[in-house]
Amino acid sequence: MKNTISERIFDFLKDFPPFDVLNKKQLFLVSSNVKVTYIEIGKTVFQQGEIPHENFYIVKDGAIGLYRTIESDEILVDICDEGDIFGLRPLVQNDHYLMSAKANEESILYAISVNILKEIIENNEKVNKFLIASFSTNIKTPYAKNNNGKLFANIETLEDNNGNFSDFQTAEYSKDPVTCLKSTSIKEAALIMSSNKVGSILIVEDKNPIGIITDKDLRLKIATGFVSINKKVIEIMSSPVITVSEKITTAEAQIAMLKNKITHLCITKDGTPNSELTGIMSEHDIVVLQGNNPSVLIKELKRAKDVETLKYIREKTSNLLNGYIEQKIPIVFVSNIISEITNAITIKAIELSLKEMKKQPPVKFGWLALGSQGRKEQLLVTDQDNALVFQNVPDENHQETKDYFISLSEKITKKLSIVGFEYCPAEMMASNPDYCLSLKEWKHQFNKWITIPSEKSIMMCTIFFDYNLIYGDLGLVNKMSKSIFNSIKSYEIFLNFLGKNALINPPPLGFFRQFLVEDDGENKDQFDIKSRALMPLIDAARLLTLSHKVKDKNNTIERFQKLIEIEPQNNDLYLMCIDSFKILLRFRTEQGIKHKDSGRYINLKSLNKAEKLKLKGCFKPIKDIQELIKVRYNLSQML
Amino acid sequence: MLGLFKRKNFPKYWQDYIDKVSNSEKYSNYENIRFVVLDTETTGFDYENDRMLCIGAVAIQNNKILVTDSFEVYIKQEVFNKETVKIHGIRKNGDEIKISEEEALIQFIEYLDDAVIVAHHTAFDLNMINTALKRINLGPIISKQLDTNYIYKKLSPNNRYNKVFSLDDLCRRFNITMHDRHTASGDALLTAFVFLKLTNQYKKNNALNIQDLVKTNYHLNS
Repeated sequence: MKNTISERIFDFLKDFPPFDVLNKKQLFLVSSNVKVTYIEIGKTVFQQGEIPHENFYIVKDGAIGLYRTIESDEILVDICDEGDIFGLRPLVQNDHYLMSAKANEESILYAISVNILKEIIENNEKVNKFLIASFSTNIKTPYAKNNNGKLFANIETLEDNNGNFSDFQTAEYSKDPVTCLKSTSIKEAALIMSSNKVGSILIVEDKNPIGIITDKDLRLKIATGFVSINKKVIEIMSSPVITVSEKITTAEAQIAMLKNKITHLCITKDGTPNSELTGIMSEHDIVVLQGNNPSVLIKELKRAKDVETLKYIREKTSNLLNGYIEQKIPIVFVSNIISEITNAITIKAIELSLKEMKKQPPVKFGWLALGSQGRKEQLLVTDQDNALVFQNVPDENHQETKDYFISLSEKITKKLSIVGFEYCPAEMMASNPDYCLSLKEWKHQFNKWITIPSEKSIMMCTIFFDYNLIYGDLGLVNKMSKSIFNSIKSYEIFLNFLGKNALINPPPLGFFRQFLVEDDGENKDQFDIKSRALMPLIDAARLLTLSHKVKDKNNTIERFQKLIEIEPQNNDLYLMCIDSFKILLRFRTEQGIKHKDSGRYINLKSLNKAEKLKLKGCFKPIKDIQELIKVRYNLSQML
Repeated sequence: MLGLFKRKNFPKYWQDYIDKVSNSEKYSNYENIRFVVLDTETTGFDYENDRMLCIGAVAIQNNKILVTDSFEVYIKQEVFNKETVKIHGIRKNGDEIKISEEEALIQFIEYLDDAVIVAHHTAFDLNMINTALKRINLGPIISKQLDTNYIYKKLSPNNRYNKVFSLDDLCRRFNITMHDRHTASGDALLTAFVFLKLTNQYKKNNALNIQDLVKTNYHLNS
């Protein structure tokens, strides 16, 4: 039967996500089950804390404000206009409404039964992804300490997340680990392993794990005849074991394994070695869970003998990145993995270059990654920015030493460029004599930048302050950091200059919540996500941590986390900054993958409604943190 | 005279309809009342010689338009007026699946159930339906009837006497985007929006109950 009304609703819904990805039949089913509601201005659709309705809503005409009341403050969290969905999360998660919805204008809403949507979610992966993404961004309240990635997350994971990996699934592990006592003989242990068909056995004492034996131990220590099979297990067990808590996420588990170069993690009740063993997780569990294995790439890297292999691995890393982004794996995890690999590639390039040099390095040195690689925020392959510091030498040996390191750096940067990290057009590379300096020279250089601030020197500071030692002597770098803090201490107005620099790019929203776009040049009408959204947050985090003399944090998210510790009163703002930064970084990466470029310039016309909303949501904290900087560094006069 | 033509035994669907409307207990609680907002497209304005081309309707309950509970039929034509094709776009042999007038009426009566009828210029649509019912020796419709034109007049006393408001006027007045104007279902939906906005406004100064609403409509429901 012809149904004009449903068709009209169909025509409206088909333009808006997630309805745009439904097939005709599904969308028609949704359309013909809509209830249309009219809401007068100021009237409430639902109240915070209320038990959810049977329906979620999409705005047909008008505007609905979402408000969150915290204590007595009512905060406007978001405005939904034509095509926006609201009131869905609580239905899907059987939770109460976290926000109130009130009509900011008189509005017509389409109410859609959640049961119809649930059926569709189960059969349509794209819809599922859209909803997960929207739950963790625009629909959620940025001031509330809750976020979630999984659509059907349970309350426990919702309440219990404040780490980097909050929005990631908890890892699967074997809850019934095979164990033996330390008095067990190696032979008995091997028999237990065989009969249970497992590759590892845990040695426990008072239910606490004290050691582990894996197939590898049997191969290396027993089959070789080094130890008799009649000895006790404690002779060959690896001890102590690395323990983690039951709530570890896959991402954390993977990083713990990478960091400790092990393949098994013990799960204990409270996560320490001194509590009851409750499970074991192997690398294999993770591979199975995730279908991707960066540690294989790291292993391949360690075996690499030439630059071609490095290039091959870098290309494979790009595929890995695409997969992670596609799977909506949390961006912090992704950037950790990618920067581990990038660093491993750099280390290998250095090792290969050192081998090519005729002589050993004359003195200790350190290879520094700068900028985004230094901050571990480099996801797409971009230009290389690096520098080298070497130990002070007597003046008469200086030139010779410097020449050695420049020639070493030339080899390294060349290899990196073959791998895919193009030469820096501004020559900010260790092969440039200006950035291949002794410790003394670096101290002098930084002091000059800090005490004679100019636009250029401030810019150099923003790049060089985010250095990260990739290879070489940590002592040199620590001395360098110390000298920077001393210079700043003796010339504190430098922070005000840095503050001024952090405010150069105001939040990218104009009146009526419109995007500001670049108005001239090659990228006219495009939105510069790097300088207008990412850099303001990066600059703010750097400035604020520097002013607290925090030394060992270079990563923007880690910096904000550190700031939360130091300034708990600004907890909410810094959390919002972290969220925004994650979203923006992912966004840029997605754009870069899509357009095969740096992802820096975004054509707003190419974005759909959901993407624009997501971006817009990120700008509020930028505005707020710039306000904070303006007040704290008394910059109103300086601007 | 009419009594002579009146059949003693009505078809079941008609008797059911009469019984349901007469015995319905829903009218006392506004939230329980089902409203059927309807519109007809016709070949013209002559009750005797023109015919309905299409009946479109959608239900409202508890301030919500229920798209699931909607109705749309197209009627086969013996009489045809090519002038009005320009307005409603329904041709004599268009693509829509068409049914006989009697079949359309049966389906409509079953759909109507014990609902309160809402339309814009209700008298016209009801006259069309009642004339059609008369052709199969049934009728008239006994459902309670409301007219958005009269409810609006009641709410805006300044304009009450001298003006007849068109659906276009009211849509403009209430800022309702007009889609599918001059299709029965499209107009029924617009009328439904007008009705929701009117009753919301009405609620501000009056308790919403069906008796008072019906009173706005002094010359219907007599």
